[in-house]
Amino acid sequence: MPLDNIRNIVLVLSGKGGVGKSSITTQLALTLSLQGHSVGVLDIDLTGPSIPRFFGIEDSKVHQAPGGWIPVPVHDAQTLTPPSTHAANNGDAQTQIGALSCMSLGFILSSRKDAVIWRGPKKTAMVKQFLTDVLWPPLDYLLIDTPPGTSDEHISLLENLLKQTAAPTSPPNQLAGAVVVTTPQAISISDVKKELNFCKKTGIRVLGVVENMAGFVCPNCSECTNVFSKGGGEIMARDFEVPFLGSVPIDPAFVQLIEEGTRPVYPQGTVVGGKDMAETNGGSDGAKEELLVDKYRSCSLCPLFDGIVATLVADIRSRDV
Amino acid sequence: MAPSLEEPTQVDLDAPLKAAPKLVAPEPEHCPGPESQQAGVADSCAGCPNQKICASAPKGPDPDIPLITSRLSSVAHKILVLSGKGGVGKSTFSTMLSHGFASNPLFTVGLMDTDICGPSIPKMMGVEDETIHVTAEGWEPVWVSDNLGVMSVQFMLPNRDDAVIWRGAKKNGLIKKFLMDVVWGELDFLVVDTPPGTSDEHLSVNSFLKEAGVDGAVLVSTPQEVSLLDVRKEIDFCRKAGIRILGIVENMSGFVCPGCKHQSQIFRPSTGGAERLAQDEGIPFLGKVPLDPRIGMACDYGESFLDAYPESPACQAIRGVVQRVGEQIGLKKGDVLPEE
Repeated sequence: MPLDNIRNIVLVLSGKGGVGKSSITTQLALTLSLQGHSVGVLDIDLTGPSIPRFFGIEDSKVHQAPGGWIPVPVHDAQTLTPPSTHAANNGDAQTQIGALSCMSLGFILSSRKDAVIWRGPKKTAMVKQFLTDVLWPPLDYLLIDTPPGTSDEHISLLENLLKQTAAPTSPPNQLAGAVVVTTPQAISISDVKKELNFCKKTGIRVLGVVENMAGFVCPNCSECTNVFSKGGGEIMARDFEVPFLGSVPIDPAFVQLIEEGTRPVYPQGTVVGGKDMAETNGGSDGAKEELLVDKYRSCSLCPLFDGIVATLVADIRSRDV
Repeated sequence: MAPSLEEPTQVDLDAPLKAAPKLVAPEPEHCPGPESQQAGVADSCAGCPNQKICASAPKGPDPDIPLITSRLSSVAHKILVLSGKGGVGKSTFSTMLSHGFASNPLFTVGLMDTDICGPSIPKMMGVEDETIHVTAEGWEPVWVSDNLGVMSVQFMLPNRDDAVIWRGAKKNGLIKKFLMDVVWGELDFLVVDTPPGTSDEHLSVNSFLKEAGVDGAVLVSTPQEVSLLDVRKEIDFCRKAGIRILGIVENMSGFVCPGCKHQSQIFRPSTGGAERLAQDEGIPFLGKVPLDPRIGMACDYGESFLDAYPESPACQAIRGVVQRVGEQIGLKKGDVLPEE
């Protein structure tokens, strides 16, 4: 079976669009990699693939090999030296990171402007192909980023996944479950409830709910504003009796890291503490060459995701026994 | 054994509504579409179990299209709200546009929600718990005010948290039914809110409305490139489908901290934002709407933001955009949003 060398499969779902599924997927992948796991990311959002942009590999193309497609590598397993100024702070030794690779329809399209105007059957076939014809290296985790809704892509994703993971050759409990992403406002919650019901109907275990865009810290006065209100995700998780993994605030530095590739810098006294001036005033060339995962360690969201991922991994491991 | 993904049978959609024949097997990957002229005769049809059915089905235009056209002939302007990206504020903007048009008591406005898997319009309009009435004429839309009617799949769900797990073909059937059977009556504007993407819903809305004539599409985007990337695809879609683009709105553009009045770019327009995109693509730029937490709150409570906070900068910006949309479809400035 094509997915046999993947230990765990985690879906990232949301009924609502634009709540940060791809952003959360990206950060989960980076954090898992920082914790030393080998990670793959599969983007099945066919009409609006964002994963290539998030990992800064928009120009990459997929290679065809006998037997299938080779996913696009983001970085190999390697040892990172601790970020310069933080070394003194927390006395971190060198970090072993796991390999990270991605697969998305964005790598196959010839122009980034092209619209993919497909009806359901074609999308179904493509999703199936993504699940059967990608030659993943041995992976600890495969994260699957999905489009919003509960339609063709989701139905075929689950049909195929359930069939494949039920095969005797696949590792036990391979399909670990789903992380459901929401934003705090009621409009988003009402769509995400539908997604939770979808998981219930299809028998997918919900690993937890992440509330994204909960609050925005003004870079000028450090006051936190709840742009899209707050707390809705936690209440919803309680209502559906699924774990609540945490609230993730909006961090403009993360957006900038993705959009421009600059290492996050925070004013003195913010969560991370300390500045990384040395890296940032070296000009864009120097900064661009660093790995995304390395730069991500300077982001204020990194410790937060470290906690979320640790919870997830512990949960998934406890099921494996 | 894998759990089945049976479609829920919560809405009766089995009433005859398709010119497309009843298929015996799922459509294959390169299916030209059972409604198409090539159905049953295209190269990809060879070997398909449906081939015979498709080939022998009556050819010629879908008999339902003239019905849709006549049903919508009493609608003066039809406007689509599109975006390739989800969560950029399509529904929010659709409600604003409708409220904006409806603030002139001389206009009657309809708002149709074609997002079947994640309908937000009823909640934003504060009519979440309503159900639709069926009369001899057809389906009655839910009236929010005297001159603003709403139609959404949400009204038909017995339980509002139910997931609608439908494949494309079934969604198309429902959209068609919406267009054919909803008794809008005399409307000055029909605003059609769409789900994100460029897929079934968009294709069918376009093909069903082609005859009836669409004024054009308003594209919504947020400033950052991740979103613009998908909006570019939507522009490509509009061009391919021959839909006129009325313009592009930049939503969530800048955020003013309520504490210190410092304006920050939550979603940085690192590539010039929607304005630059509009310039590059040669389409009208309709304006920027700043991020205001009260817009989200107003939507959560189903109030009209325009009525609740008429003095806020966001409201001013939205009024400007609504006015520009009006101008694009050939209305005089004073007709839309008359000054009080």
